[in-house]
Amino acid sequence: MAKITIDKVCCKGCDICLSVCPKKIFVRSKKRNNYGTNMPDAQNADECVVCRMCERMCPDGAINVEGEIKENEA
Amino acid sequence: MDKSATKAGYVVLQGNEACVKAAIYAGCRFFAGYPITPSTEIIEMMSEEMPICGGAFIQMEDEIASSCAIVGARWGGKKAMTATSGPGFTLMQEAIGYAAVTETPVVIVNVQRGGPATGQPTLSSQQDIYQARYGSHGDYEMIALAPSTVQEMYDFTVKAFELAEKYRTPVVLLADEVVGHMREKIIIKKGTMDVMPDKIVGTASPRADFFTGKNVLVEGQLHDERGRRIGHLAEKSGEFITKLNSKISNNVDLITDIKTYFLEDSDTAIVAYGSVERPAMDAVRLARGIKDDRVSATVKFVKNVFRKGVPAAMRTDYSHLKVGVIKINTPWPFPQGELRRLTRDVKLVIVPEMNIGKYYREIERALPDKKVVSLPKCGGNLHTPKEILDTVLKEMGVNE
Amino acid sequence: MNKLYEKYIKTDSLPTLFCPGCGNGIIQMAAINAIENLGIKQDVACVSGIGCSAWIPCYLKLDVMHTLHGRAIAFAEGLKFARPDKKVIVFTGDGDCLAIGGNHLIHAARRNIDLTVIMVNNYIYGMTGGQKSPATPKGSMTKTSPFGSVDEVIDGCELVMAMGASYVARWTTAHPVQMEKAIRDGVSHNGFSFIEVLAQCPVQAGKNVYGEKDAASIMRNFKNNTYIYKEGVEIPKEKIRVGTLKHNKNAKEYIDKVEWVMTARELERR
Repeated sequence: MAKITIDKVCCKGCDICLSVCPKKIFVRSKKRNNYGTNMPDAQNADECVVCRMCERMCPDGAINVEGEIKENEA
Repeated sequence: MDKSATKAGYVVLQGNEACVKAAIYAGCRFFAGYPITPSTEIIEMMSEEMPICGGAFIQMEDEIASSCAIVGARWGGKKAMTATSGPGFTLMQEAIGYAAVTETPVVIVNVQRGGPATGQPTLSSQQDIYQARYGSHGDYEMIALAPSTVQEMYDFTVKAFELAEKYRTPVVLLADEVVGHMREKIIIKKGTMDVMPDKIVGTASPRADFFTGKNVLVEGQLHDERGRRIGHLAEKSGEFITKLNSKISNNVDLITDIKTYFLEDSDTAIVAYGSVERPAMDAVRLARGIKDDRVSATVKFVKNVFRKGVPAAMRTDYSHLKVGVIKINTPWPFPQGELRRLTRDVKLVIVPEMNIGKYYREIERALPDKKVVSLPKCGGNLHTPKEILDTVLKEMGVNE
Repeated sequence: MNKLYEKYIKTDSLPTLFCPGCGNGIIQMAAINAIENLGIKQDVACVSGIGCSAWIPCYLKLDVMHTLHGRAIAFAEGLKFARPDKKVIVFTGDGDCLAIGGNHLIHAARRNIDLTVIMVNNYIYGMTGGQKSPATPKGSMTKTSPFGSVDEVIDGCELVMAMGASYVARWTTAHPVQMEKAIRDGVSHNGFSFIEVLAQCPVQAGKNVYGEKDAASIMRNFKNNTYIYKEGVEIPKEKIRVGTLKHNKNAKEYIDKVEWVMTARELERR
């Protein structure tokens, strides 16, 4: 299981991560980041395949994914 | 393959060539330029000399790129220089401002020609005196050196590199076509001495070249000591600009270089900079009746005309005329204090210039209790000694 | 915060001044990945001009020069010439590179000097508030073309290819992995490398230029409207060519050429 953290200092709430995740792990939430916008929430982290697309696509480096690529799903 | 490109001794060189020799002696190892009359000899000679002494030469697409490239090269750790004239100097103002705000020590040679615009490509002028100081936008202080002989072209080029490194600022060598194209016998020094001052002045930023692991951020916006932008913070920006200017304005007396001739007993002083110092000196020799073997053939000719062509009453011995010359080698920063001190006993100040009369305003402002007379000459020719002497006589009220 | 991001970013300067959804951050991340994978953190310097894209390297813990509008390539050429053993990456925008800096771009490409120029093309002048640029599509409404832009578009890639650049690639922010590889290839390539990255500016350009207003949709459009170029493959007319458009490994690099001339001269003298 991967550990996904979203930094509220970096996040600006652009919602790019919502669209790039192949497993649709990120969902909109009511949480506010320091920028003052709504930040996403990583809900179904169990589903994560550690493709790290969200890390690459987050314009503000807010997302960190820790975990190994699952052999059977990779 | 860093070989010495210069041998010591006497040589006959053109001003532009002397500038190249001096730059290589001072450790300049990068030259970017664009050909423009009358400074072209510098880029021509650099293209040959620079690769031989292990440096880099590049002919850029315009003067803007040339001046930018030397700033880039300086941060890469190479001492850098460019050379240009009138219109090219206008284009370079952009990078001069950048070099000033980022405290980059570079040398810009401006072999002045007549302007505005394309102006007079082949004739001399001193019209860029204010552009050298105020050319770029914003508040910054500038160091400019004005040579009047080929030897000075050599010495001042070396000095320009020294001052640039010491004050971490761009330095302009404000030569003109007369000095640039004149050939004289000069002494050049041997080998290469990488001129580097022992100490950088207090308020200047320390040296921090690229690729030394310092993670330097060179920032054209107003910035703090770590390069972070402060352009949006009024108070910090004010502090920054004050500090940037103070490193030069607080050290004017250290930078100032003024030579005086026959000033000790004079009540009239001719204040000159650049090549105009030459006829000014001859005027003084004429006035004081000094027979000087070193006086050139031209002056002898002028002297003859002067002797023969004037009425009998004029053929007086003027040796009683107490005229001296103040030669300003560093027109910028304006040497106000030194000038006031030197002119303490002087009543009349004549300022001959090869422009509409620009630097005269500075001098008039600095010496409010003296009679300051401007002697402009436009068109591209140097003043003749007689012209200067006539003005001296007229202003002194000597009966002709 | 992302671990790699933290390693390369000056965290005390955060948050970055990019708007939410800006494509510059994605390019920044791709550049970080490329530098990390090449292992050249100590041997690389970044130069940038003026504009939003010019702020990309300013947050990096590298030797960075943030220069004048349009002049980034000129500064970089001087820096590269002073230190030919090091790598120089130039970050520039479409207005910075094609309008005010067009002269420097074509001459650097002509020389084939070893620089890696990353041109962030967001079709607009973002920093000044959304005026038209040389890359703004015809008919787009911007702040300075309120009735639709009538200017022809400059294709930066075609321009530098014609001028002799030896590595040319175009990608979009929707292709971060390919973009990173292109940056790696460009930096490793000995010669002038030009990488155009189509980026979104949802705040200043948005609907009038891209037809969509949120970042994710613009990026989806980038993916749909592009066609990966391979030699000999016909590309539908309405699609934008992306991919490695040119890679000439045999072209001689400028500083090498200068040194070669000098060596030849030395040999001649002996």
